[in-house]
Amino acid sequence: MSSVITATAAPAAAPNLPPPADTLLEVRDLRTYFHVMDGTVRAVDGVSYSIKRGQTLGIVGESGCGKSVTALTVMRLLDIPPAEIASGSVWFKGRDLLTYTDEQMRLVRGNEISMIFQEPMTSLNPVYTIGDQISEGVVLHQKLSKKAGLEKAIESLRLVGINNPERRVKQYPHEMSGGMRQRAMIAMALSCDPDLIIADEPTTALDVTIQAQILELIRKVQDETGAALMLITHDLGVVAETVQDVVVMYAGRVVEQGSVDEVLLAPKHPYTEGLIESIPSKGKRGQRLNVIKGTVANPFNLPKGCNFMPRCPYAFDPCPAHDPRIGDASPPDVACWLYTRAPGAGPPPKLRPRVPALEVGPS
Amino acid sequence: MAETAHPAEPLHGELAQVAEIAAEEAGTQDFEVALESLNQWQLAWRRYKRHRLALIGSFFLMSMIAVAVVGPIIWPYNPNDIPGVTTPGGDPPTLNPIENIFGTDFGGRSVLQMVIVGARISVAVGLFTMLIATTIGVTVGALAGFAGGRLDGVLMRFVDLMLAIPFLFVILVAARFFGGGDPVTLIVIFGLLFWPGLSRLVRALYLSLREQEFVQAARAVGVSDLRITFRHILPNALGPIVVSATLIMAGAIVTEAFVSFLNFGIRATDVSWGNALSNSKGYLLQGNWWWPFFPGMALALTVIAVNFIGDGLRDALDPRSKE
Repeated sequence: MSSVITATAAPAAAPNLPPPADTLLEVRDLRTYFHVMDGTVRAVDGVSYSIKRGQTLGIVGESGCGKSVTALTVMRLLDIPPAEIASGSVWFKGRDLLTYTDEQMRLVRGNEISMIFQEPMTSLNPVYTIGDQISEGVVLHQKLSKKAGLEKAIESLRLVGINNPERRVKQYPHEMSGGMRQRAMIAMALSCDPDLIIADEPTTALDVTIQAQILELIRKVQDETGAALMLITHDLGVVAETVQDVVVMYAGRVVEQGSVDEVLLAPKHPYTEGLIESIPSKGKRGQRLNVIKGTVANPFNLPKGCNFMPRCPYAFDPCPAHDPRIGDASPPDVACWLYTRAPGAGPPPKLRPRVPALEVGPS
Repeated sequence: MAETAHPAEPLHGELAQVAEIAAEEAGTQDFEVALESLNQWQLAWRRYKRHRLALIGSFFLMSMIAVAVVGPIIWPYNPNDIPGVTTPGGDPPTLNPIENIFGTDFGGRSVLQMVIVGARISVAVGLFTMLIATTIGVTVGALAGFAGGRLDGVLMRFVDLMLAIPFLFVILVAARFFGGGDPVTLIVIFGLLFWPGLSRLVRALYLSLREQEFVQAARAVGVSDLRITFRHILPNALGPIVVSATLIMAGAIVTEAFVSFLNFGIRATDVSWGNALSNSKGYLLQGNWWWPFFPGMALALTVIAVNFIGDGLRDALDPRSKE
């Protein structure tokens, strides 16, 4: 371990030490920028989180908040340029993935970390059979023969609850329904027994009845294989049912994090609160739903102080001038001046009444 | 009748029962599995079979290839065999002897024999030019389109350069300079000149296909870039490539005839359709129509057949085409 530290020559001020051994993935102060014609988009701007072995982490936020980009950065699947990983480290099993060569990284992908994509309709290659596609990773990483790979594919398909896997492996993607294809994608992600599965909006493209089945399936296989799960979604209902820890992102930052109970039942950040208030529930029957006013911050022109300030109902003195970072506040899991004193500012105003907590139920 | 007179209660129960049975059947039979599995190529063949002109074209081209391969073996060509003629300038088509059914040239040599022996060079030029040009075009286009960036820039500027040089001029100069009328040299020259258009097409296909999610998914599984380029993307781009390759073949056959007509192509002692056209040009005014007509028809029909095949393939390989 110590050799890694000297090799990367971490700055003396904040030594970049590997996390404890039970931490499977730790992302530290990750910054991913896109340099495009109109300027630079700070898609991920100083994000940190960690997942312990076998645990589940949900990453929540609106479209464009950078949640998918963090996952793609961990997988090193972004095209560089236009993307740039400006700083940070991604510790996976005690090694920093950002120091890997492309070839080393290729051996991690699909083998130790695998990914489930949003669109099962387009994520499978139309010209190969399901079996070919599932076995490809196994043949590649575990150096199995094609025949053994196909056996493994059949086994994976059985694990994800597909009837008649021996015939299914010979079918093409266009012969399957959306839910079936997503099961096949999950089988593909499982085939090499990865330590971490990243699911990027795995249920968004499916209809509601299938959504529940797929979530149940992901939970089941995660239980059986002992893999850790990183679930990226904008659906708080999905988060409530599936994960243990939550990271809430807004405009490339983590604004709040904690266990799912803490975050959903007692949200601290005004953004989290707004997200929860905007969910329809039985108690709000007949009322207009609350919405978060305004639109997502323009990535080319972020506000000077807190990114959420223009939309925040509680904005006060320090918000336009000072940028809250997670860890600055006294409860270190929220980035908001309501919870701590900004430099040179007065004490925060009296905390407002709490919103009713999220009613967790069938969504 | 008595059943329907009853209130809704039993009917409800019946419906529920029917639904239950249906659900059970759906679960056990799994109707998706029952469908016959057809891959992309089987589906394409099914559509191709419906394209009558393409079928006729394929049949014609197959026969032409068979003639080219077998014909000269059965009917050996001897350039020194000059049987002589009864009519000055060549005999018109006749059934006696039967080998002069297409008439003869000024030396009494059968035009039918010319068509058969000439098929070898024309078909070979078409097929092998297509192979060379397609291989280069696909490789260059795929690398440029998938890798992008600097490699793309360099390759595409080179393609621009190739397209900027007057095509005919290069062919004529190269054929004269390197060739000496050797068919193999001609094929290589054609192959090296016919690919730039195809490479642009392939690059454009790759630019759109590489953004597809299945490419991202393949990368997430750890598949190498080279394998993604040729194993994952290429089969998806094959339809337009195949169509374009048939056009290259037709173009090469016509160009060979054309270059030979100008006496820059196949050496005059070899027989090709283009040479036959070229040699006959002095006798046309005497009314010897049969001499250029039959080789010309063979050429035209072969090119049309190839174009029909291309047309059929375009319809068959387009995944969006309706059944």
